Amino acid sequence: MIELVAPAGSFPAFKAALEAGADTVYVGFKDATNARHFAGLNFSDDQLARARTLATRKSVKLYVAINTYPQARNWQQWTSAVDNAVALGADALILADTGLLAYAAEKYPAMHLHLSVQASATNSLALKFYADNFAIKRAVLPRVLSLEQVATLCEHSPVDLEVFGFGSLCIMAEGRCVLSSYLTSESPNNSGACSPAKYVRWEERADGSRLSRLNNVLIDKYAPDEPASYPTLCKGRFRVGDKVYHTLEEPTSLSTLQLIPQLAKMGVKAIKIEGRQRSPVYVRQVVRVWRAALDAYVAQGEAFVPDPSWIASLNTVAEGSQTSLGAYSRPWQ
Amino acid sequence: MKITLAAIPYYWPRSEVVDFYARLCRANIDVVYLGESVCSKRSEMTLDDWLAIAAELQRAGKEVVLTSLALITGRNELQMMKRICAQGLQVEANDTATVQRLHELGQPFICGSSINIYNAPTLQYFVRLGMRRWVAPVELAGTDLAALLAQTTRANSIETEILGWGKLPLAYSARCYTARAHNRPKDACKKICIDYPRGMAVTSQENTALFTLNGIQTLSASPQDLRALLPQVRSAGVTHFRVVPELDLKLSFFDALKANISGDAQPVTITSDACNGYWYGVAGMTRE
Repeated sequence: MIELVAPAGSFPAFKAALEAGADTVYVGFKDATNARHFAGLNFSDDQLARARTLATRKSVKLYVAINTYPQARNWQQWTSAVDNAVALGADALILADTGLLAYAAEKYPAMHLHLSVQASATNSLALKFYADNFAIKRAVLPRVLSLEQVATLCEHSPVDLEVFGFGSLCIMAEGRCVLSSYLTSESPNNSGACSPAKYVRWEERADGSRLSRLNNVLIDKYAPDEPASYPTLCKGRFRVGDKVYHTLEEPTSLSTLQLIPQLAKMGVKAIKIEGRQRSPVYVRQVVRVWRAALDAYVAQGEAFVPDPSWIASLNTVAEGSQTSLGAYSRPWQ
Repeated sequence: MKITLAAIPYYWPRSEVVDFYARLCRANIDVVYLGESVCSKRSEMTLDDWLAIAAELQRAGKEVVLTSLALITGRNELQMMKRICAQGLQVEANDTATVQRLHELGQPFICGSSINIYNAPTLQYFVRLGMRRWVAPVELAGTDLAALLAQTTRANSIETEILGWGKLPLAYSARCYTARAHNRPKDACKKICIDYPRGMAVTSQENTALFTLNGIQTLSASPQDLRALLPQVRSAGVTHFRVVPELDLKLSFFDALKANISGDAQPVTITSDACNGYWYGVAGMTRE
């Protein structure tokens, strides 16, 4: 049985995840200690305590992501976040920083530590590093691996593996991409956000066209009737030689619904839904579809085929209304 | 402060690589990093070729370090990394798998800038495992670097390297963007990046220089230049000043850099095509 791990960036999103059938919900604190540090998002200690109570009542697990990299000047804020998450009853902590893993492993030896995707462990020896040093129980795999590579890792990994099922398609090895700070000074590693909203500016032109900017750099230009997406800079349209195109990636979402049978057979332990920055409506819709799909797989086994209505439902919340298998599919690479 | 030369990030023809290092044997450089850190498909140079160059550089009095891939995803890549670690030479680990391997072998190592070391407890953890030098993450600000080293016990025995001049490695992907620019799938890239010894320039639609495509790696468009900041860099605790290879690097560049470091020359002023924002804790692409 694959565990369905749902995101919650707010208390309403948390309730939506519970009602829609998540096995686990993961959250972060209201500060830069997690990789979705956006204004108005995430949990205070009080909210987390309430979430703990609700989750317990529903027998749902609660994970806390503290998956950014503390700096010399704010180290203590991260260790406090670990202390708080443990005190508030997290079932697991999702960590990326080596020093912080060492802190948590030493101070709370009974606590389950999961390796965040931000630590970018892409092979069995890297996983062994974290297993040997910090006794991690699980690792979230980066979205840069092909299905074949995930299968090999399932065979050789010293720990359980969690993979992304749906949500933003991060096309760079997570935790090793600083494109965002090159343009804005802030990145997921150092500030907990990629292309932070405070640097985003939209310009409407008289002809109805729109421009999106990140810290004044033009990320994309949209025709009057063209759907526009958030100016994540790896999904911008830039010029290379004489061509203007989505240089790194089109605005698409990752969706691996059709891969459920393969992932299950490989021994993947959990599927993660991305999107703590998204609305409760998104969380409800995506978790509901994935709950139905995972249950259908258990019931039907080999005969499993994704229901067209699930795909239609996911497409309405996908970036650019398109989904991709990303690196799971070799042609994409 | 010592001068180091990073591994060549680009895919150059074998003859170009051999000539490059033959020239650099005479350069004012203390440490040379050799090998492939970007893409395992690049096969112009074998490990034996690199070892031959290493021997030549050592004869010329240089400290030599073999580098390894930043993104290790396949079985062959893991095997190659193990071979590199087994040569008895110093190795730059660009991934925790390589750290793990070198630790298992009981070999001291160097951590490259793609290993995330942002705070003193992390630095000390890697030191306990055998790290003797580290290259700071490119986005680490000068004040944060200084604070980190100030909090590090035995900081004096740890060598700290910073990317002083050259294009910044910003990201790694499963995808090859050079192949994508040619509408080729990665599996059929035909090693097209050999046609771009300086990478491919990416600009915004308003012609702002942004990035340089280099296979699965994205580099900055502008070189970072910290030569004008040498006193601050030194006082932060940096011991090694890294230069990233470009085709047209001349021996005189290193002579001038050496003179700057020893205080025998007028300070350099940063040119309009370079950047240094990261040092100041602002957008990396800017110039302060």
